[in-house]
Amino acid sequence: MRIALKTLPLLALLALAAPVAGADDGRRVGPLLPKYAQECGSCHLAYPPGALPNASWHRLLRNLPRHFGTDASVDAVTLKEITAWVDANPQTWKRVGEAPPEDRVTRSAWFQRKHREIAPAAFKRAAIQSAANCAACHPRADRGDFDEDSVRIPR
Amino acid sequence: MTIPTRIPPMLCALLLACAAAGARAASPAELAAGYAGQAGTAPAAARGEQFFTTRHGHEWSCASCHGTPPTNTGKHAATGKSIAALAPAFNAERFTDPAKAEKWFRRNCNDVVGRECSAAEKADVLAWLLTLKK
Repeated sequence: MRIALKTLPLLALLALAAPVAGADDGRRVGPLLPKYAQECGSCHLAYPPGALPNASWHRLLRNLPRHFGTDASVDAVTLKEITAWVDANPQTWKRVGEAPPEDRVTRSAWFQRKHREIAPAAFKRAAIQSAANCAACHPRADRGDFDEDSVRIPR
Repeated sequence: MTIPTRIPPMLCALLLACAAAGARAASPAELAAGYAGQAGTAPAAARGEQFFTTRHGHEWSCASCHGTPPTNTGKHAATGKSIAALAPAFNAERFTDPAKAEKWFRRNCNDVVGRECSAAEKADVLAWLLTLKK
């Protein structure tokens, strides 16, 4: 089952990207739990916890063995640790409202609004591949910096 | 608890025991010997290459993300995130932590093959990876 891969073009269409605004939108990124950064940051950016509501995080964490078509399972101790950290650090960004469809950051209303100036085809470029690949255009994404001024969109 | 810097191959044959003990430092060759010991058959690099580069009834092969040969930076087939080189000669961190190796075999074999890989399959793949030199 490769849901994630098959829905990428759709994702790209949905996630009409535009560089993100500055520091006026209540986005902040606290230090990441090392276990979270390690386990969740191997296949994709360790997304800032604030980018999804707590309910989404809980669903994602409960279903890691079936994580968008891949097995992202972790051991029980790690799962407990990451879940506790998510709960203990409610830092959901102000703009984040309802849980997005499929709990995908890229399908959040705020994400699509922020990226509306990006042509859908841009997300499919070889150097980008997916709207989920934050770091392709946001070089400091791994440090929680999504500032518009640092955006470089690969050709 | 002291962590042994070198784990005897025979001990690593009990790989789960190694992982449970939190053993971290091992060499790729020791891991390979451990898998071969579990399998009870001699590993074959050619079989490992075949296993790695072909699909197994699912959308991805190992090479879909790790590249062919996996001596350079790979790219996650869904997210595009870069993946450091897999062959130990090109990335000294690879296959030095038995628990980490087991975790990724479990996840990735499930994605590629739809089940866990056998010890023989792991031994074959690792045998092939160890033939890749600079």
